[in-house]
Amino acid sequence: MEKIDLDLLMKIADLHGIPEGSYNIRKDGKCLSRNSTSDIEIVPKTDKDGIDIIVKPGVKGKSVHIPVILTAGAMLDKVYNDFYIGKGADVTIIAGCGIHNETCGEARHDGVHTFYLEEGCSVKYIERHYGEGNSEGKKEFTPITKVYVKKNAHFYLESTQLGGVTYTDRLTLATVYTNGKFTVREKLLTDNEEKAITRFKVKLVGRDSSAEVVSRSVARGNSYQSFISDMIGKNRSFGHVECDSILLDNARILSTPKIDAVSPEASLVHEAAVGKIAGEQLIKLMTLGLTEKEAEDAIIKGYLA
Amino acid sequence: MLELKNVDFAVKEEGGKKTTKILSDISLTFPEKSITVITGQNGSGKSTLVKLITGLESPTAGQIIYNGRDITSLSVTERARMGFTTAFQQPVRFKGITVKKLLDIACGKQSSLGQLCEYLSQVGLCARNYIDRELDGSLSGGEAKRIELAMAIAKGGDVFLLDEPEAGIDLWSFSDLTNLFASLRDKTVLIVSHQSKIMEIADNIVLLDKESAPVIGTREEMLPALQNRNGVCAARKGV
Repeated sequence: MEKIDLDLLMKIADLHGIPEGSYNIRKDGKCLSRNSTSDIEIVPKTDKDGIDIIVKPGVKGKSVHIPVILTAGAMLDKVYNDFYIGKGADVTIIAGCGIHNETCGEARHDGVHTFYLEEGCSVKYIERHYGEGNSEGKKEFTPITKVYVKKNAHFYLESTQLGGVTYTDRLTLATVYTNGKFTVREKLLTDNEEKAITRFKVKLVGRDSSAEVVSRSVARGNSYQSFISDMIGKNRSFGHVECDSILLDNARILSTPKIDAVSPEASLVHEAAVGKIAGEQLIKLMTLGLTEKEAEDAIIKGYLA
Repeated sequence: MLELKNVDFAVKEEGGKKTTKILSDISLTFPEKSITVITGQNGSGKSTLVKLITGLESPTAGQIIYNGRDITSLSVTERARMGFTTAFQQPVRFKGITVKKLLDIACGKQSSLGQLCEYLSQVGLCARNYIDRELDGSLSGGEAKRIELAMAIAKGGDVFLLDEPEAGIDLWSFSDLTNLFASLRDKTVLIVSHQSKIMEIADNIVLLDKESAPVIGTREEMLPALQNRNGVCAARKGV
């Protein structure tokens, strides 16, 4: 791997090189390296570009890395990954994509990920998006994540995008069955002319199913963010959506909530707050010895930590 | 030594045509190595006085002198770096920032668990239960207030400005709290308070009043008058 590859892998997946265990590293639309284990098998698709990740039932405490890097400049990389998580398994999946685009063209990664969680399993899915290179070149992500959470299973999505991505349109669709749980922690920072759209559509269909979507974002420069959530409670269920954003400079944030309690036993909450950093927070940190700029940076850093 | 010389503070009312004086011709001296409690009725300007000394507000007239240097025009940050440490009456909430991070900012370095324990135990909190928690709305008013004080302890300094530090803290923790304030006696400490238990540890007490000049005296001079039924009037007449 070249230095640029290693730097990107470090940024998106904390990898210093080839990881242990199961992994699939994709570069510029091709498999750079792959390994399967007896617990987690990775099988390339034959009908389209992508892989199947098969986690055997009962596998616990294992992780799998599936990072994607794009360094070739202007290109479109579209991939279909399906995840089959066996009954009672408990795994961490580290994904993410880093784009290094030195051209003035458009580099885009479209990842279509579908998760099938069997009963009683637990998945922590960590996805980071990162872009770097020529400021004129576009670094774009348009991921679609579909999740099916069966009885007593839990899907936890940690999504982080902290800079350099010129355009994102993330669509996440979840269907949660009996006593299943769907959790999202999103952290987003946009700057300059960047645009980020996040859309969640969550269906709570099973009795005692639950979902919690928490998005924290900072928009600075002339950037634009749109957060759209659509949660439907079709059974006795609990859903909580929280969107907190800090606005700086000339940035704009649009938050659109939709909660639909189809069942009278559904309890759905949406909270959203968009605004500048509270003056009292800046002042408090200034009384601790920080300048106004240092205080602002500390608040943003802490907020997105 | 911290001195206020002929300090005025006025605010413009809505519309900007009329001004209201909050503090008028205040001259006070706060000696080193002493605790001064500032008391007075609501609206007498106690919190405003703290804001002026912290640098959050600028006097409309007069000077603030610290160790012989005129600091009237210095910013909040400059005063904080000189050793001014403030604990506000209303603790500020920080969504997303942990107690540990705030204590690290306060003391200017990464703190060890042992140091965090030291800061938090002094305000009656167990570090393990709090350091990873965010200082947000999930903490009670009393917990947030204790963490506000812990930040002041972690920052350290030479001049401590504590605005109603006991507000919201349960009464059975009071003696620990007053012991903490008493332990700062080797600094210049100003505490805004109405609580006689806090006045009992003061070296000096300042009584502020909207209508007349502040009255300053030693604890022995001021406290008996303040504690009787007509305390405020008696203190003003008797000292």
